[in-house]
Amino acid sequence: MSRIRVLVGTRKGAFILTSDVVRRDWQVSGPHFGGWEIFHIAGSPANPDRLYASQTSSWFGQVIQRSDDGGATWNPVGNDFSYAGDPGAHLHYDGTPKPWAFKRVWHLEPSLTDPDTVYAGVEDAALFRSTDGGQTWQELPGLREQQGAKWMPGAGGMCLHTILLDPANPARMYVAISAAGAFRSDDGGVSWKPVNRGLHSQYIPDPEAEVGHCVHRIAMHPARPETLFMQKHWDVMRSDDAGESWFEVSGNLPSDFGFAMAVHAHEPDTVYVVPIKSDSEHYPPEGKLRVYRSTAGGNAWDALTDGLPQEHCYVNVLRDAMAVDALDPCGVYFGTTGGQVYVSPDAGNHWQAIVRDLPAVLSVSVQTLS
Amino acid sequence: MATVRVVLPYHLYTLARCSTTEVELELAGPVTLAAVLDALEAAYPMLVGAVRDRATGRRRPLVRFYACQDDLSNTAPDAPLPDAVAAGREPLIIVGAIAGG
Repeated sequence: MSRIRVLVGTRKGAFILTSDVVRRDWQVSGPHFGGWEIFHIAGSPANPDRLYASQTSSWFGQVIQRSDDGGATWNPVGNDFSYAGDPGAHLHYDGTPKPWAFKRVWHLEPSLTDPDTVYAGVEDAALFRSTDGGQTWQELPGLREQQGAKWMPGAGGMCLHTILLDPANPARMYVAISAAGAFRSDDGGVSWKPVNRGLHSQYIPDPEAEVGHCVHRIAMHPARPETLFMQKHWDVMRSDDAGESWFEVSGNLPSDFGFAMAVHAHEPDTVYVVPIKSDSEHYPPEGKLRVYRSTAGGNAWDALTDGLPQEHCYVNVLRDAMAVDALDPCGVYFGTTGGQVYVSPDAGNHWQAIVRDLPAVLSVSVQTLS
Repeated sequence: MATVRVVLPYHLYTLARCSTTEVELELAGPVTLAAVLDALEAAYPMLVGAVRDRATGRRRPLVRFYACQDDLSNTAPDAPLPDAVAAGREPLIIVGAIAGG
């Protein structure tokens, strides 16, 4: 019998939510690491009991925690994220050079095949890899060679927030950085290329520049890894050629600004986004919390509202705070800055709150356990 | 050999899995801020990077050091700490600065 484990990172600790396949009755464990910001928790696809968590604090820095028993116990592992060589400088908000400096880990992406291999996306933006279960970390510096001196932080910091591993091609991976754009490696992370052709961003001097775009999220279906979906600072985009070119699929969305994005577990053309009113007003349009689903790979979107607040709702859904499970029907999950974690056990048709009063949710990931 | 007392803030003594907020450290050489922090990190490796920045070795901006009613946060790392700290009569207090909610 399968079970579901939802790993929730919040501003004040981690929470683990578990349920059977019905996904109606939930057990809540936490807070783990109470009082610390937990930017992300992720489980290894190769060993679901192996979890990694990014525990961070403006006061006391970065801790990486590892669990080998599904979150029952944790141990701190390595936190030395030293850039390779002299990292030089990137652009600051005011356009002046600012030396690269590590601040925190935004996202952890365990290998699809090896529980001891895990990637970390960090601020200031860089990609690190550990092959010893998080004890030591090595930067993959070829990424910053892609015009890193021109990268500039978004309002949330210059973060590498998305890491996608291609299940069909172990040498291929994608990352996304705010505000630098999307990048692809075809050699296991040694060398990289910007994959931003087709993006149009009015907030940078050259709206179609090779780098500088504020990509908020990229999502992929494992059965069709050459098709990518992107939630950009503005615009929902799609690529059918592994990022070589992008086209807009915002269609009838009430706003094409947003952060979170997910793809249905069994339908590669079914995509979910949560529109946010604007870059100046980080809450849902009209105070209505609506997930939008396209079953056509974009352009035609339907609002999913059953069980979600449809008045006076002014929360945000952050970029790492939406995920799906692998059950049939597919479960969809997201967390809000208001502390709610919602689940839809029927692919978005109906929603219920698993919890309502957590600290602001930074990340949601889901494990389907057999 | 000096026995130095160090008071840790909540988040650090829980991270270090100490049962109390105060720990004792044995120091062989001069009792300086750098020597105390070196000994702290040697005894509790999970605190490496939590008090001093890993890249620069400098005090993290929101960490403060107090002892004997004085703020020693900007004391040179190799300067001797007060005699009362070196003798174990007073602790070195590591504080998370008041900032934010």
